[in-house]
Amino acid sequence: MDNDKLTKSMNGEVSRKRFLKFAGISAATVASFGIISCDDNLTDVATESNNSNNGTSTSEHDDESINLGSGDVGILNYAYALEQLEAAFYIAVLGSQYSGMSHNERQILADVCNHEVAHRDWFEAAISSVAPDDIIPALTPNFDSVDFSSRESVLATAQALEDTGVSAYNGAGQLIENPDYLLQAGKIVSVEGRHASAIRSMIAESNTAFAGDDIIDDNGLEMTRTPSEVLEIAQDFIVEQLNGSNLPQPE
Amino acid sequence: MSLLKFLSQFEEEILDEEAKETLLNRRDAFGKMTKASKMLAISALPLGFISALSTPARAQSTDEIIDVLNFALTLEHLENEYYIMGIEQSGLIPEGRETDIFNQVQKHEQQHVDFLIDTIDSLGGEPIEKPTFDFTVDGAFDPFNNYGQFLALSQAFEDTGVRAYKGQAPAVQGNAQILTAALQIHSVEARHAAEIRRLRGLKGWITRDNRGEGMPEETQAAYDGENVETQLGIFVPDVTDVNNSAITEAWDEPLTMEEVNNIAGLFITS
Repeated sequence: MDNDKLTKSMNGEVSRKRFLKFAGISAATVASFGIISCDDNLTDVATESNNSNNGTSTSEHDDESINLGSGDVGILNYAYALEQLEAAFYIAVLGSQYSGMSHNERQILADVCNHEVAHRDWFEAAISSVAPDDIIPALTPNFDSVDFSSRESVLATAQALEDTGVSAYNGAGQLIENPDYLLQAGKIVSVEGRHASAIRSMIAESNTAFAGDDIIDDNGLEMTRTPSEVLEIAQDFIVEQLNGSNLPQPE
Repeated sequence: MSLLKFLSQFEEEILDEEAKETLLNRRDAFGKMTKASKMLAISALPLGFISALSTPARAQSTDEIIDVLNFALTLEHLENEYYIMGIEQSGLIPEGRETDIFNQVQKHEQQHVDFLIDTIDSLGGEPIEKPTFDFTVDGAFDPFNNYGQFLALSQAFEDTGVRAYKGQAPAVQGNAQILTAALQIHSVEARHAAEIRRLRGLKGWITRDNRGEGMPEETQAAYDGENVETQLGIFVPDVTDVNNSAITEAWDEPLTMEEVNNIAGLFITS
């Protein structure tokens, strides 16, 4: 990974300072982990350290509300916000490595991380190409409620994020006008569903948790959430205030 | 949402002539664009978003929607019957976790069958009869005596189901309730697929178009077309540092009705 790409990937997620804060680790330890993306083999630690002043100003949005916008672009921004949150979470998970993380668990979490980062980066590119003036900025995650050293805390948060993500896409489908965007949402939501299934299976609260009765009703239909329901959940993990009041409303 | 509420909402919707007219007018608007104005509009768009113009947004007749629901019902019958036969075959599925998993999956498939039949009925359609299945495909497979094969076909059915529902989402976009229900089934199939893949020792997601270790060659059609790195005209490796294999895992791809029928048709005798 070259210098520019590394800098870009850092700025795309979260400031270094905040990253260290929410990952609960010191600058010294992060230098030895060198985990700033999902990449298992990232070894260019020295280079990363030299760029440590990048992104220190991401708190500028702390006190501003961010309007997701309206119409299809609003829905794309809404999805982009959720993907940013998921990506930042898994980057922090891999950066801090809860105690007792097995090789298999690490592989799953690294895969999920890569998928979420790919989604995030794709949304950024897609929205920038159709509505460059309306794209929301990079958000600042707030993972104060997560204990990244605890398997239980990390996986419970992962489950909440994945289940919420699936219900968000399921609820937003009917709000999308452009059939190509709808298909894109469909291509992504099933992967989120696969994640949710795997994470629930890792927690193994029961043998049927992967598709549990808590999220699937008696018609075999998975839960949906409206944008306002989802934003209420997501807001706890995001520093900036998100405003979804102009988003299309469900019928 | 209860089924009754779902159905009554739908009745209102199909009776709402005003809404219908709006949809038709919108379609006309696309149709009436002159070739020149289309070219002009296209030239202002980045590559890949062009295809948006070729598809009319939200306008399907009730008959078209019923056809899609019957297509889905065929697949649900297939899955449901397959799991029922597997569960009833004593000694096939190991007791404990794996039996619990398949019971849960079968329960959902039965619920999907019932839900789709009710929904088709409510639209005034005729739900298709359950087809006659041959899960051995003329003796090529022996899934009810060979657990490895049972798992392999389960994986193929679930991964196909995900792609099938996905492919039909734009085809039911004109009805918000039907679309939402289809998406709600779609994500359940994805959960099933991931669990069964993981039971087989695979990742829960599809890498490139690999059907995965131990999968019979006959199931490859369920994975063809999954190896995609360009989404809506954006070559994803250009915009992310994530490696290309992981990019292909991060998006599931649709199958057309015809592609799905070709796969399911292997197992349908009449």
